[in-house]
Amino acid sequence: MSGQGYQGKKNIPRITSDRLLIKGAKIVNDDQSFCADIYMEDGHIKQIGENLIVPGGVKTIDAHGRMLMPGGIDVHTRFQMPDRGMTSVDDFYQGTRAALAGGTTMIIDHVVPEPGASLLSAFEQWREWADSKSCCDYSLHVDITEWHKGVQEEMEALVKDHGVNSFLVYLAYKDVFQLTDSQVYEVFSVIRDLGAIAQVHAENGDIVAEEQRRILEQGISGPEGHVLSRPEEVEAEAVNRSVTVANQTNCPLYITKVMSKSAADVIAQARKKGTVVYGEPITASLGTDGSHYWSKNWAKAAAFITSPPLSPDPTTPDYLNSLLSCGDLQVTGSAHCTFNTAQRAVGKDDFTLIPEGTNGTEERMSLIWDKCVVTGKMDENQFVAVTSTNAAKIFNLYPRKGRIAVGSDADLVLWDPDVTKIISAKSHNSNQEYNIFEGLEVRGAPLVVISQGKIILEEGSLHTTEGCGRFIGRKPFSDYVYKRIKARSRLAELRGVPRGLYDGPVCEVSVTPKTMTPASSAKTSPAKQAAAGGQPVRNLHQSGFSLSGAQIDDNLPRRNTQRIVAPPGGRANITSLG
Amino acid sequence: VAGHLYYDRLLVKGGRIVNDDQSFYADIYMEDGVIKQIGDNLIVPGGIKTVEANGKMVIPGGIDIHTHFQMPYRGTTTVDDFSQGSKAALAGGTTMIVDHVIPEPGSSLIEAFEQWRNWADEKTCCDYSLHVDITHWNDRVKQEVDILLKEKGVNSFQVYMAYKDFYQMSNSELYEIFTFLGEMGGIVQVHAENGEIIAEEQARMLEMGITGPEGHVLSRPEELEAEAVFRAITIASQTNCPLYVTRVMSKSAADIISQARKKGNVVFGEPITASLGTDGTHYWSKNWAKAASFVTSPPLSPDPTTPDYLNTLLASGDLNITGSAHCTFSVAQKAIGKDDFTQIPEGVNGVEERMSLIWEKAVTTGKMDENMFVAVTSTNAAKILNLYPRKGRLAVGSDADLVIWDPDTVRTVTAKTHNSAAEYNVFEGMELRGGPSVVICQGKLVLEDGGLHVTPGVGRFIPCTPFPDYAYKRVKARKQLAVLRAVPRGMYDGPVSDFSPLSRGGTPSASARTSPTKQPVRNLHHSAFSLAGPPTTEDLPIRPAGRRIVVPPGGRSNITSLS
Repeated sequence: MSGQGYQGKKNIPRITSDRLLIKGAKIVNDDQSFCADIYMEDGHIKQIGENLIVPGGVKTIDAHGRMLMPGGIDVHTRFQMPDRGMTSVDDFYQGTRAALAGGTTMIIDHVVPEPGASLLSAFEQWREWADSKSCCDYSLHVDITEWHKGVQEEMEALVKDHGVNSFLVYLAYKDVFQLTDSQVYEVFSVIRDLGAIAQVHAENGDIVAEEQRRILEQGISGPEGHVLSRPEEVEAEAVNRSVTVANQTNCPLYITKVMSKSAADVIAQARKKGTVVYGEPITASLGTDGSHYWSKNWAKAAAFITSPPLSPDPTTPDYLNSLLSCGDLQVTGSAHCTFNTAQRAVGKDDFTLIPEGTNGTEERMSLIWDKCVVTGKMDENQFVAVTSTNAAKIFNLYPRKGRIAVGSDADLVLWDPDVTKIISAKSHNSNQEYNIFEGLEVRGAPLVVISQGKIILEEGSLHTTEGCGRFIGRKPFSDYVYKRIKARSRLAELRGVPRGLYDGPVCEVSVTPKTMTPASSAKTSPAKQAAAGGQPVRNLHQSGFSLSGAQIDDNLPRRNTQRIVAPPGGRANITSLG
Repeated sequence: VAGHLYYDRLLVKGGRIVNDDQSFYADIYMEDGVIKQIGDNLIVPGGIKTVEANGKMVIPGGIDIHTHFQMPYRGTTTVDDFSQGSKAALAGGTTMIVDHVIPEPGSSLIEAFEQWRNWADEKTCCDYSLHVDITHWNDRVKQEVDILLKEKGVNSFQVYMAYKDFYQMSNSELYEIFTFLGEMGGIVQVHAENGEIIAEEQARMLEMGITGPEGHVLSRPEELEAEAVFRAITIASQTNCPLYVTRVMSKSAADIISQARKKGNVVFGEPITASLGTDGTHYWSKNWAKAASFVTSPPLSPDPTTPDYLNTLLASGDLNITGSAHCTFSVAQKAIGKDDFTQIPEGVNGVEERMSLIWEKAVTTGKMDENMFVAVTSTNAAKILNLYPRKGRLAVGSDADLVIWDPDTVRTVTAKTHNSAAEYNVFEGMELRGGPSVVICQGKLVLEDGGLHVTPGVGRFIPCTPFPDYAYKRVKARKQLAVLRAVPRGMYDGPVSDFSPLSRGGTPSASARTSPTKQPVRNLHHSAFSLAGPPTTEDLPIRPAGRRIVVPPGGRSNITSLS
């Protein structure tokens, strides 16, 4: 598993010098915990066990029985993000530094091409920014901000040659990023054929646009207008719609930024019905709520602006933490995207102009520990699953990332469950003036952080190296996601009923068709290539009844049908009544 | 029209009167098409016609809230016109129908309405009302809707979420229509299916060489119906507009409606005779003509447990109203789509079978009692149309539309004997227990001793008025509940970044339409937490449930300090 996507050549010489032994640790993976020593060399875990034979003179850390867990993976960051000529204040250096300080040793950032721009050139731009500044390993999601044939070709290139296996589409941001249902259907079809994962920013942009206009007309221009114009059912509706499209196209679905109880409920229900869907709550939705939008301090209220918004329902964080613990939600990111007050003030007279994003990459792990593990909602193994392992599995990085095992990358965190700290903008590693978790006391924090086999955090001090982070390419068809999808594609096919020709009278009609024809959309369905995923398949899990399907020609286009009856031929009696 | 009525004096003796709330024994005396007396030992004029009910149930005549009689389709017309259709209705115990006016996109709603009025006035054998479908949306349409509501007696309008590039409305248009009707006191009906996905699926089916009627249901799986219902409910909730979902065809769509009702949404679901009585397995019939006769949208579900499930929800009150969506084409008309299922004219029969079928499926099985039967076949429809208690109830002053119901009669449905002109009957061969033995419409005996005596043209247009209490009481209360107000902060006086004007933050700019209305109200029922809103000031714009309405006493706050 090592070797794939080693693209940061310049770093390798530095790594080789690092040999490290951790003694007496309680190793915590997502499935079990056990006591052992662990030896790392060249950025990899070389040995795990007791009484290891290691070279003399290696640096040794005594864990004293503390928990040693896989470094966190923050699946959603937006460092150095351009927005209307401005750039978010945490670049890849500052952002990854904050991540490492919190115990996160890998981040996955979003490439956001301007509509009309090339996906590939945007991707290269992000690579350049990240390669020069990132302090930890990183990977990239690419956002699909418009849809045409050229985009499809670029997506293929990104999957095959550039190590991207996830694409985000927007159901919100009308007239900017938003795609129509038909476009989403086509994008999902392409994604499924490529073996990638469809991520969705789920909010109904049409309704949001109407509400924004109405709220502004009423004279509400402050940050409270942001949340008033984006009520949570608008989020839940879009989640429901993307689940429907994903089922139709047999495409795995990943909902970014699960911010409300109702959106989380829709995901949980869909999973119960068998949909391959994952939900990503973020640090902010797990840790705070939207009551701050009503703060009299404009700058503070604006610091909470993100979309979908934080829910004003104060019971939301607890509810989302519960679903995260029971497995209905699986992965956590931070959606870290920070703007300072002067940048936010672009929208001082109009909340729709306020740049969006909240902090959370540094606080993510401690916050989840405090809200979920300390409260007994989840154990330490589930904690590892939701902060690291599940992300590695979904995005096909496992077991290189997300697990402590021989051969895995030496990204580790020695966790101290007892340390308590108070989050504050005064002491955080982000450049932002505000921290939305200001004053929150969290229990549990990293004591030692090891990234690429090197000690980054020790005794409270952070030693990062700008530019040492490597781009980690991700292959398509992640097992964790695609095993079920593949099985469903194989299950059944769709066939017409052989009836012979209808030979009765046919009514004369005028030319305008009444029933809808797909003609006028003029788009060609791009999803023809039956790649490894095959044709889209309806989710069998969803059928309320059993199928009786014969499988015959494997070279026929595949799809399952509710009822497949192909009785032996013969011309049927077409026109008789009865 | 009135000339037909005033001869009629009629006494129904010894019946058990069944309303939606209770049953009791009494005689009923009718005169001039109106119920004049109910009770024992009534004093009535001599020599009047008397009908002996012999202890049988006397129920309000059925209201079929959804028909498409005489519907134009690409130069042809459905085979049941208003005369044939209303005759079939009366034969089944339905004494009022509500038809859909479908204006061609781009044409005038009022002209289409008048056209339908002419057709119906000339031919209908029972009272009728009209829904008007909104097939395109602009300011002129809005004005016409306003006129229809205020002057023409139409209180319900249907919009389509399917039929892409033809009838289909965008989410923004739906939002505007819902907002407008919510203010004017109309009922929004939706045809709920995701037309965009259907278009993609249809193209794919045809490419795969599936051209028969099975392609119809394969390209319209039930979750597309459920998705659209969910979306319609979201928009209705945002705009505080009552919602009516026509043609509930699948379990998942019905589930979404019942969930929404549990959360407090004002939403009504209408299963139809076909979805309550049969399923979509017939789309795979080797007989093309038979398979095609089942083509309707949303399609009948291939899941054979669907009818039973929908009957259960109808009995529990999660679904409220039943129609037939009766829209019948001949085999030759259906054959327009013999090589392409997307061209098959859509519609099934059901106006005649509706009441017996619900009795058979829901009452004889013990799912509902006779009172609930009256509610779902008549009373609830009258309430939502704002015609209650004139229709939908047996009471002094109500219209003399009533049915003596025989719960024991059994008949077998077949195209050979039905009153529709269609060659196929989707319920062919089904044995139904329960049926009308006497039907009285406008105080006249229409069905008696198995003989049907109808008069085309006697049916009156019954105008429906806006703001039906049944739907609007709750909506009005919610409108009054809370206001939305900005936080008084003073001016932000700190530094502001330079930025290029390209808007990325989701501004509504480019759609260029103006918002037609001001103040829908968010549904308080939905908030998962309680509000602490200050009392409403009457002249302020009304609006929801700001989830949190805090108006601390003024003073300029410290805007820029970090805290």
